[in-house]
Amino acid sequence: MSREVILEAENLVKHYPIKAGVLRRTVGYVKALDGVSFELYKGETLGIVGESGCGKSTLGRMLMRLEEPTDGKLIFDGVDVYSQKGSAMRKLRRDIQIVFQDPYTSLNPRKTVGDIVGEPFEIHTDVVPKRERRQRVQELLELVGLNPEHINRYPHQFSGGQRQRIGIARGLALNPKVIICDEPVSALDVSVQAQVVNLLGELQGRLGLAYIFIAHDLSVVRHISDRVGVMYLGKLVELGDEDQIYSRPTHPYTQALLSAVPLPDPTMRDMREQIVLTGDVPSPANPPAACRFHTRCWKAQEICSIDEPLLVERPDGESEHLSACHFAEPRVIVA
Amino acid sequence: MTVPVGSGGAPGIELLDSRGVWTPVDGLLLEVDQLQVEFRTRDGVAKAINGVSFDLHQGETLAILGESGSGKSVTAQAIMGILDSPPAFITGGEVRYCGKNILAMSDEDRRRVRGPEISMVFQDALSALNPVFPVGWQIAEMFRKHRGMNKSDSQAQAIRLMQRVQIPGAAQRVKAYPHQFSGGMRQRIMIAMAIALDPAVLIADEPTTALDVTVQAQIMQLMADLQQERRMGLILITHDLGVVADVADRIAVMYAGRIVEQANAFELYAQPGHPYTQGLLDSIPRLDQKGETLSAIGGLPPNLTNIPPGCPFNPRCHYAQDVCRVDPPPPLREVAPHRLAACHFSELLLAHSPELEVTQTTEEVEAHVEFGPEHPVSGLKIPTEPGFEGPTVAGFEGSGGVQ
Repeated sequence: MSREVILEAENLVKHYPIKAGVLRRTVGYVKALDGVSFELYKGETLGIVGESGCGKSTLGRMLMRLEEPTDGKLIFDGVDVYSQKGSAMRKLRRDIQIVFQDPYTSLNPRKTVGDIVGEPFEIHTDVVPKRERRQRVQELLELVGLNPEHINRYPHQFSGGQRQRIGIARGLALNPKVIICDEPVSALDVSVQAQVVNLLGELQGRLGLAYIFIAHDLSVVRHISDRVGVMYLGKLVELGDEDQIYSRPTHPYTQALLSAVPLPDPTMRDMREQIVLTGDVPSPANPPAACRFHTRCWKAQEICSIDEPLLVERPDGESEHLSACHFAEPRVIVA
Repeated sequence: MTVPVGSGGAPGIELLDSRGVWTPVDGLLLEVDQLQVEFRTRDGVAKAINGVSFDLHQGETLAILGESGSGKSVTAQAIMGILDSPPAFITGGEVRYCGKNILAMSDEDRRRVRGPEISMVFQDALSALNPVFPVGWQIAEMFRKHRGMNKSDSQAQAIRLMQRVQIPGAAQRVKAYPHQFSGGMRQRIMIAMAIALDPAVLIADEPTTALDVTVQAQIMQLMADLQQERRMGLILITHDLGVVADVADRIAVMYAGRIVEQANAFELYAQPGHPYTQGLLDSIPRLDQKGETLSAIGGLPPNLTNIPPGCPFNPRCHYAQDVCRVDPPPPLREVAPHRLAACHFSELLLAHSPELEVTQTTEEVEAHVEFGPEHPVSGLKIPTEPGFEGPTVAGFEGSGGVQ
């Protein structure tokens, strides 16, 4: 695989103001994203995992520039995304597309499939000439495994898995280079989920796409990703190759997260060592100082609440990968 | 008479011994026998449950596994007697609790079973709890309504239950409202409410689906502890093959309103006896393995208003033959000691027999997918017209009329 960087996030920060009182004065900030940096290579899949509220969806929206950053830089193919304006930005948007989580609410119920998948062509008029649009939409439908004759049907006439395929077809319309998949299969049943995961894999091979695959299901993420980043309270706590994260995790949070996933094999019931974390994720409006995980971490010592551990290369036994823990050491959680 | 139970760090809750009228014979708590439920909707009659039978013993965990629209939640609601009728009608079968058919009881008697004997934890705690009452008041309601306790006594019980389900600062938070709790804590409150009257049967309908994995682990641990402490029979309804593998003793797999396979958890995972179960197990990505392509089940679950003749799984099944496409559907029968399956070819499947031919591949199934929305019954939000009820068949009394 070529290791050519296509998308680079540098210290992305997003704080949402909390307003209170009659004057709607800002009384604090929800620190949804607090300094996230990574690189995405051409043709690869970077999985982002974390629990609800960790900022993974905010990250997805920031990469699409659906949210303006509080701070940070996003470079796509050498271009600084957040400083672009007008037509230059619009042109840039073609290259980064998104597939949303809920196929039931992300498609306009009053538009036909043809309108939905063809809408990007209405906005980016120079991509496909008007006469050829319908033809192109039908090709897209075929590409995602839908019957091209269904172009005039409405979303409610399709099942969840089929709707997600429509969402994917829309995402592919402008030949993007990067697709952000925000929980694309979490609303689907297991048997249908596999179909959509396979489709995403197949499309990647065929079109050379790079994916940011955001999900809370660690098994699906392992299946589809080349590299994986683990988020906790608005920060990346660990980032590495799929094998490094799943076989040799060094951050205690990653270890706890992996150990909590039940394996579909009853014979593993007593074999696996489960780390049960106590309590809930603290509020992102008032995150713990220094290492944000120290309030729930069994390894925490004084230094963890004073000195923030940086996301740097730390040894994992066989190699090195990025981990943000003072006491990072590999631990085998899943075989 | 009270029996104090509870050890370890958690404060003990006195179990109220209410088993007087209800005594299980040989530990057999619940028998569901040929249950049939249909939804009469504008778009036709959706046959949500088509003859489901299973039983549940003391201290046992039975998992009902199925995808959306398979009828697993409807089964639970029928047992609890909380189906909205119309559109739902129980058209046949019995649900026996300690030998008595609870479907034939008066509403009054039914209320004495629902709560003290059989109780339920719902999936979405935020919508199952009433947002305008404090959580303590809602837990205490069980004691006020069923035990005739006064406000302060019932409140004290509520606090003890909240402590038992490990809600920190229970005494201070008893007056808090549902929205002031996190998802995991709300689910604990639901569990506290469900176990308040020390039921013999607990039905948990997707109790952890809305929760994060780390919280899910906490909740499953809590439920396991409570079950052991009280020897409850637990029916766990879920679509998560991982959760099931972790806790279930026995598993019933549902598809299109039928149980297609029932077996001991270890045996079922080691060797599925129904092609649908096999397909499900093969289609999930594994945390401990990285594979190339997932072997997906092609196609979609059938529309319940129009279930295909024969085996309902035949359009998606790799092994379907002519016999599978004609009625009657294969019955749920014993295909190996202690395991049931509803497939003509279970024995061959279990024996990995080369005689079992693959008659259609996933690609071939996909090529014939009929488009259309699946399972109109999922979510139970079916638009109904008051006028459309068909010939009035009240409750279970219309048995035998269907199929």
